Amino acid sequence: MAAPASPWRRLRRDWFLLMLGLPGLLLVVLFHYVPLAGNVIAFKDYRPYLTIWEAPWVGFTNFRVIYEGDPAFLNALSNTLIISLIQVVVVFPIPIALALLLNSLLSEKIKRVVQSVLYLPHFMSWVIVVALFQQMLGNAGLYNTWARVHDLPLLHIIGNSDLFLPLITSQAIWKDVGWGTIIFLAAISRVDTELFEAVAVDGGGRLRQLWHVTLPAIRSVVVLLLILRLGDVLSVGFEQIYLQQAAVGQDVSEVLDTYVYNRGILDGNFGMAAAVGLVKGVVGLALVLIANKVAHLFGERGIYSRW
Amino acid sequence: MVTLASRSRSVRRTANKPKLVNGAPAPNPVVRALKGIVLLICCAAVAIPFIGVISTSLADQDQITKAGGYVLWPSHPSFDAYAAIFRGGAVTRATLVSIGITLVGSLLSMAVVALLAYSLSRPGSFGHRPLLMLVLITMLFNAGMIPNYLLIKQLGLIDSWWALILPPVVSAFQVIIVRAFFMEVPREIIDAARIDGAGELQILTRIMLPLSKAVLAVVGLFQAVAYWSAFFNALLYINDPDKWPLSLVLRTYVVDNTAIGTDLPGEVVPPQQSLQMAILVVSLVPICLVYPFLQKHFAKGVVVGAVKG
Repeated sequence: MAAPASPWRRLRRDWFLLMLGLPGLLLVVLFHYVPLAGNVIAFKDYRPYLTIWEAPWVGFTNFRVIYEGDPAFLNALSNTLIISLIQVVVVFPIPIALALLLNSLLSEKIKRVVQSVLYLPHFMSWVIVVALFQQMLGNAGLYNTWARVHDLPLLHIIGNSDLFLPLITSQAIWKDVGWGTIIFLAAISRVDTELFEAVAVDGGGRLRQLWHVTLPAIRSVVVLLLILRLGDVLSVGFEQIYLQQAAVGQDVSEVLDTYVYNRGILDGNFGMAAAVGLVKGVVGLALVLIANKVAHLFGERGIYSRW
Repeated sequence: MVTLASRSRSVRRTANKPKLVNGAPAPNPVVRALKGIVLLICCAAVAIPFIGVISTSLADQDQITKAGGYVLWPSHPSFDAYAAIFRGGAVTRATLVSIGITLVGSLLSMAVVALLAYSLSRPGSFGHRPLLMLVLITMLFNAGMIPNYLLIKQLGLIDSWWALILPPVVSAFQVIIVRAFFMEVPREIIDAARIDGAGELQILTRIMLPLSKAVLAVVGLFQAVAYWSAFFNALLYINDPDKWPLSLVLRTYVVDNTAIGTDLPGEVVPPQQSLQMAILVVSLVPICLVYPFLQKHFAKGVVVGAVKG
């Protein structure tokens, strides 16, 4: 094409191209950037009959639940952190193990069939997953009906607040573990097979191949996913928890997202709920940026290389 | 290397010698059996709920009573439960709403994403980098539930289906994937078309779209699945039960176990159990139907997203 033109020339040349992208750009601005500005209501006393502009400024009053430590807020925060911790420690490694297991299968056919089955739950919405779990493990669910007929011990899992954490953890595993293997399998498949053969020539068996070739090959993906997970440490599936909250009570099930929903949308306390949501968003963004920095310090690629 | 290759070829011919995989001996039978058992359990854990729910929705009343509630294989399949929920009433309406939202939403999404991806696919065009950044950065943040809700309220979209259709139309992830495909189209083809007098619109419709039909179809299918299952936005923005999509109906009648009989027309209503199962099956079967098409492509999409994201 022509040599670098002046901005004006380029605008005249590209205006139609820009027009094509305009609907999409407008939607991006409207639904991603405009609400960002809507966060000002965290600093206002918002009332449904006033517009956002008319509502009076109140400074940091809405943030009082956070800095004064409202018990309900602290409960939501601690539940969120506990659930996130469990998801990193328990749920995160399972797809890695499963990917290694799938990768070690000799038959491509069996591997493909297993993959097809295990990826499916990822596409089911949380309403469907929660409904399926209720139908299977509920007090009148499939297992209990079957166990009653055969005089086996009954399970009381659904609606049992003591077992809420294991329940949502197993739901998360059921839904996304298969899907989680994809990215690790892709990383393993990029490994040059000569590396495996080189280990074998040096007398190493399959375990040595795993330790010296496969695991190092997926290390940067593991770091990348951990970073992304860290940025989400304050969000634990709203839908999953909200759907089951009525059955187990808020003591064990209130997390930050449901707290924002219950206080803001249901109770109409928009300013305070927006304040909690804003702090959550800012902390989440900061965590991603910090984690990325740390990953660079350790010589990994991270999410992005240069800002 | 030559000796290795020829050796493994000869190994394959003689069954008695240990088989080599990547140069190392294959694992022993005990390990292989253990792996098989683990994978079998995993697959059963995924498959049994689906089989149980679909079978029970198809079983007739006698069999359900005899089995005590659930059936793993319907001996006399009957569609009574489906007939009941599709005779009109809450479930029928919600199904139609979900179908409409899914169709309009995913078609709109494919069109808008394709246009945006195309307009961002030419480095050196006016505002290319800032506009690309504007789109990409949205992956890093989420404005939050309350500001999103207030925006929809200010737009007057509460209780409107547009509140479910419009917000998810463009996502940075899809723009990246489609844009990557457009950028792989050789520059020479585009320049040649331009010399022949083609405008931007013609280049897009005659060259770009035909070359990237597959990726657009995948974007459309992913969007369709998302629109079909959308729950969170519906919960926030749709208060009127007459406008509920299927996900909220599923929540009310299956998860919350609200009695459904009174919301259905007709005299003979099948038992609650079968109706619940039928609603659940109607919600999940469309996803299972498009799943084989998705599966062919999603691995690639995930990897592209991971590399470029």
